[in-house]
Amino acid sequence: MHESVVTTWMMTAGAWQAKTWAELASDALSQNIWLTVAYIAGGLIGSMTAVTILGLALIYAERKIAGHFQCRLGPMRVGPHGIFQTLADVVKLLMKEDIIPDRADKAMHLLAPFLAMGATMLVIAVIPYSPLLQLVDLNIGVLYVTAISGFGVMGILLGGWSSNNKWSLLGAMRSGAQIISYEVSATLALMVVVLFAGTLSLRGIVESQMDGWWIWRAHGVGIVAFIIYLIASTAEINRTPFDIPEGESELTGGFHTEYSGMRFSFFFLAEFLNMFVVGAMAATLFLGGWMPFHLGGWEGFNNVMGLIPPIVWFYGKVFFIIFVIMWFRWTFPRLRVDQLMRLEWKVLLPIGFVNLLAASVLVLTNLYFFPGN
Amino acid sequence: MAVKVKTLEELLKPPAEAASALSTQEYYVNMGPQHPISHGSLRFVVRLDGETAKEVMPVPGYVHRGIEKMCEHLSYRQMVHLSDRMDYFSALMGNWAVSKTVEHAAGIELNDRIEIIRTIMAELQRVQSHVLWWAVLGMDMGAATAFLYGFREREIIGEIFEETIGARLTMNYIQPGGVMYDIQPGFVAKVKKLISYLRPVIDEYDTLLSGNVILQERLRNVGVLDPKLALSMGCTGPVLRASGVPLDLRKVQPYGAYAKADFNVAVGSKGDSWDRYYVRVQEMRESLRIVEQLLDGIPEGPHMVMKPAVRIKVPEGMFYGQLETSRGILGLTLVSDGKGAGPIRAHFRSPNYNNLWVISALAPGWRVADTIAILSSLDLVIPEIDR
Repeated sequence: MHESVVTTWMMTAGAWQAKTWAELASDALSQNIWLTVAYIAGGLIGSMTAVTILGLALIYAERKIAGHFQCRLGPMRVGPHGIFQTLADVVKLLMKEDIIPDRADKAMHLLAPFLAMGATMLVIAVIPYSPLLQLVDLNIGVLYVTAISGFGVMGILLGGWSSNNKWSLLGAMRSGAQIISYEVSATLALMVVVLFAGTLSLRGIVESQMDGWWIWRAHGVGIVAFIIYLIASTAEINRTPFDIPEGESELTGGFHTEYSGMRFSFFFLAEFLNMFVVGAMAATLFLGGWMPFHLGGWEGFNNVMGLIPPIVWFYGKVFFIIFVIMWFRWTFPRLRVDQLMRLEWKVLLPIGFVNLLAASVLVLTNLYFFPGN
Repeated sequence: MAVKVKTLEELLKPPAEAASALSTQEYYVNMGPQHPISHGSLRFVVRLDGETAKEVMPVPGYVHRGIEKMCEHLSYRQMVHLSDRMDYFSALMGNWAVSKTVEHAAGIELNDRIEIIRTIMAELQRVQSHVLWWAVLGMDMGAATAFLYGFREREIIGEIFEETIGARLTMNYIQPGGVMYDIQPGFVAKVKKLISYLRPVIDEYDTLLSGNVILQERLRNVGVLDPKLALSMGCTGPVLRASGVPLDLRKVQPYGAYAKADFNVAVGSKGDSWDRYYVRVQEMRESLRIVEQLLDGIPEGPHMVMKPAVRIKVPEGMFYGQLETSRGILGLTLVSDGKGAGPIRAHFRSPNYNNLWVISALAPGWRVADTIAILSSLDLVIPEIDR
């Protein structure tokens, strides 16, 4: 039955080329080296463009959503409904003076925003956007994402440290402590899905959800893991209620107090892209990635769902999670630094461990919906 | 209970070297005068050990304009203008404090209409001030939406003021011998509509912020102010009442038309930041009750018992008048030589100045973020501290 669902969907959506961009490039190597170079260059330029557009769109979305949450309209002046506002801001930021504080550690100060940004860019390469579109599929995808996104904190720590400002330093230290703590819970939550899917490869995880998304297919532990991941990753990307590294009213701006112009906007852009990464990871691991919503036995319904292209499914899920994260931001006050640590070490971590244990028992006993093969 | 406050020089001495590689070293930071928490220009020198505040020393004086000295060269009527510029969130009450003292000194009798209009306006302003404080507290706690919500209601109350008074911030409305303008014809109906709008809005504030577990965690048991300490440091207003001392001049020494209205004095039990928060939320509701009761009983009569051109004659002597602003007791001492058009010495007893120094007793031992929470719950307006 499942096979037929998949085949109908394949026929309606068109047969896909099940090769990642990196595989295409390596295949081309045997024919023509210049084709490989072209593939690599295309991948780089394409992902750069995608990241830029994504950043602009997310910043615009945040401002609009914040506006409507706060009984106002948000940007309205530049272009229809202010859609070019972010572009105008980018131009402004480019023209601004790049100030390096006196007695700052110059090299570190210049390097920090690129580290923060670079970590995010590296993660974006492995995300499966649709069956046709993925740059690289690593067999250790989940591990890679957790490792590299932890690398982003280096940028924040360096930025805060090198600014020669006590507020920046406080913000950076808070950020370091926070990300190291919450990384543990986030990873524990991801491990639950890895157990069920039996693979670390992101593409493999998406394909394992053909019969149902892990969030509901894995008897209870899926939803718990999803909630833990959502909370922990909100903390990892420094969003309210966990935005203590920036702590505007306390630290005047936290780690980026001394940054201006384009370097500041790199931190800013990295924050927004991290939000996308979190949304993409949550969608890929818990909500079936680009898989359409299917119900066992409902052929007609499944066919209709299959008509929607996978990339739309993927982005729909991602933007839903991003919306939830923005919703948090415009509703909640900020936690205090010790309360933040208490939440992680005394609440999330024990629940995460118990959840992982329960998940492993479920997997061993093959006790989940549609156990399949 | 006395609080030892260190001098700035003592505080700014370089910290001792760390004893070993493992022990920590204290450091100090300047919070302000340019800092989001300073809500104007107030500087705090904070000595920190990691995230923990060891000492907090307020350094006021960045917006000092010499208002008291200027009063010596102005007439009694002109003094009213300066009282707007002190606590601009309760400008009307500043006006009223000057008028009340001058009327008491000059022996001017007022009619009921004036008293009731003054009371209604002052209570509306108290709501406006508390709404704004609530908004800013939300901002300080990181909830930016609360800030915009508060400003929305502030605008609506501001429009009512604008219609009658013509100004929104520095009103200059309550004058010795009356109020500047009579209320507009539709005033009563508009204020009634406002009250029916504001009641659910204050409940909405409760659902947005007061009921939030994060806010409760941030405020409960943080910065507990002992009633004895509060009294010895001269705290007044919601800060004192939150510690359980029901001192409210509207009740204790009724002035204006407060004796005619039935209202409760909101009192806290513990004196923590949460009590200071919730006392103000309750005060908004009580203020609306006062306004509602007084609205229907505005008698006919002139809105000024004394023409603005008439020079006010104050006999020789020292006079004191005080009333309850949104932040506590505002008192004015006037010394008159019986000859001039104005006082020869004027001194304001401002609630914020006394409430400010509590921070140096409350904050030590708490985190940086708690310092912000405590400061925000004290509801300081800097131009009144510096005058």
